[in-house]
Amino acid sequence: MGEGQPALRKSEVAREGARPLLSVRGLGIRFKTTQGIWQATRRIDFDIAPGERVGIVGESGCGKTITGLSILRLLPGNFAGLDGRILFDGVDLASCSARQMRAIRGKRIAMIFQEPMSALDPVFTVGHQIAETLRVHSNVGEEEARARTLEMLRRVGIASPERRIDDYPHQLSGGMRQRVMIAASLICGPQLLIADEPTTALDVTVQAQILELLRDISETSKTALMLITHDLGVVAETCTRMITMYAGEVIEDATVDEALVRPLHPYTSGLLRSLPHLSPRHGRLPSIPGRVPSIAEMPAGCRFRARCAHATKGCEAEQKLQDAGGGRKVRCWRFAELNLPGALHPPDTSASARVARQ
Amino acid sequence: MTAATAEPRRDAIISVRDLQVRFQTSDRRATVKAVDGVNFDVRRGETFGIIGESGSGKTTIGRALVFLLNPSAGAILHDGIDPLALPRREFQSHRRDYQIIFQDPNAALNPRMTILASVLEPLELARVGSRTERERQAREALERVGLPQEFGERYPHQLSGGQKQRVVIARALTLKPKLIVCDEVVAALDMSIRGDVLNLFADLQRDLGLTYVFITHDLAVVAHISERVAVMYLGQFVELGPTEEVAERPLHPYTIALLSAEPRPLPSSMRQESRIVLQGEVPSPIDPPSGCRFRTRCPHAQPLCTERVPEWRELKPDHWVACHFADRPNFSNN
Repeated sequence: MGEGQPALRKSEVAREGARPLLSVRGLGIRFKTTQGIWQATRRIDFDIAPGERVGIVGESGCGKTITGLSILRLLPGNFAGLDGRILFDGVDLASCSARQMRAIRGKRIAMIFQEPMSALDPVFTVGHQIAETLRVHSNVGEEEARARTLEMLRRVGIASPERRIDDYPHQLSGGMRQRVMIAASLICGPQLLIADEPTTALDVTVQAQILELLRDISETSKTALMLITHDLGVVAETCTRMITMYAGEVIEDATVDEALVRPLHPYTSGLLRSLPHLSPRHGRLPSIPGRVPSIAEMPAGCRFRARCAHATKGCEAEQKLQDAGGGRKVRCWRFAELNLPGALHPPDTSASARVARQ
Repeated sequence: MTAATAEPRRDAIISVRDLQVRFQTSDRRATVKAVDGVNFDVRRGETFGIIGESGSGKTTIGRALVFLLNPSAGAILHDGIDPLALPRREFQSHRRDYQIIFQDPNAALNPRMTILASVLEPLELARVGSRTERERQAREALERVGLPQEFGERYPHQLSGGQKQRVVIARALTLKPKLIVCDEVVAALDMSIRGDVLNLFADLQRDLGLTYVFITHDLAVVAHISERVAVMYLGQFVELGPTEEVAERPLHPYTIALLSAEPRPLPSSMRQESRIVLQGEVPSPIDPPSGCRFRTRCPHAQPLCTERVPEWRELKPDHWVACHFADRPNFSNN
């Protein structure tokens, strides 16, 4: 595998400063189906700064996974076209050649998935698979590759890595496999790690370990993290900013604390309120009526309006992702007049919350 | 166990005594003790939650409660009687009172049958009333779970996940059960739908006087819906008590760790600073640790924990725990 183009090699180290590491503008993805061309996502705009941890949240079918995959240009066979730009460190990935993309994937942008078992090859040892990434992207000998693999396995918290490096994936537990995947994704020191539901298949106690690892690694090695998940708790524990998607669009972009305490979009607010809490409360859960419109019959204007308690005349107009002040963005023209409840409504008076607040 | 729970309570709809369920591994060389000595009563009209991680044995218990699996040892009594002692025909009709619903409605519905036909099937198998009477009952069940009339003629692929789970609930209701075991019934549903389905369970319980055994790995779901909750680890209960007690004053180190590990959608100012992150993963149920099974991951483990199995004891009224040191002050640092 050859080296990348000069333009891509320019900065090996994440640059601090004004320019975001990743800047997605007007991204839209189309698919071929038997019923014609479907627009899966559209008008996706967001930035990720070097070393920043951003959660992309939404329910199944909202386009969060396909957005992650499109950054690496890993698109399924029925892919029909892409609009917009994906600027990564100044280079537009949307117009890179296949060869340029190969030089970026795994080296400067890495990705991990929900199911580590399907991402690992069962017939190779885990050490071989981690070292492979390194050997493809840099000119290192076998011995050095092994030494760096051992070091990486230690970093991701695998006890006695010299015993584990020659294990096959089936010999490891689910949590250890995900650690191996993280080791493989980080071995080339990427500037951006895209993690798509990395803990959804894991038990809660193991999930806590993996989230702590991702947070720790992002902090110490200044790797930016794009965490794709349906779990608002996971985002709250791991990320500093949260981008909410609905029906193929970004509908809100805010810091995690702002979004949880005072969401600006009725959908974000509805999601937060519909979550059951750990403190027992046997009342009814507020829920969002109806269901997400299907791609084939997406309404014009606000895509959430059929389910929205605040919909009025005016919502049938196209909604822009507008600046809401303080770096926040929201796709709802009524955001300033709505005073929407967040995760703490009604105020949590349980003992655990009181303890936590002290 | 102690004598205190040996006699089933009068309001017990299910009594479980020293339940063991064992499986042979596929090479028949080893035995998996999926459930290894569990005691509890489910009280009439309550929602009894069981939480545990994968491999804890919670699904095996659920299946055993409705006799989809037979106990390897111990007893499960339904309303004070042992269904396994009933003649075959009586056992079959007895079973209608104790239903189970699973996680994945796609696997539970035949894609080639209409919704109405799926809901009718249990009534037909049970030969309830005339054809028109059965159809009336099936339609009534669909209406009860909030599905419009015309859904009866549709096929599963035309419905969303939440709607399909409603169909499965309707089908379980047709035979007018006393109790439903719900095994991860909202785990496959999207967040905005989950609340709806949990509300439906609560409505049905209030209107029909149902009892639920709610099995889940999701602490928030179990805390929301259950009156009492049991925490399972490696085939055994480690704690059992009123949900509020267990969630806010947990006694077992495993429960404390589980509660601490749960990611909460709270702003940073309200999150606990020090969370307990357990090391390692759940050991194999083929060869569980001696003494206390949690000791290999327990931050408070002592030599005694290796030597002796902790007694299952009622440390506070109605609040049971299996830990040698659960009554030490400042043990649970919450």
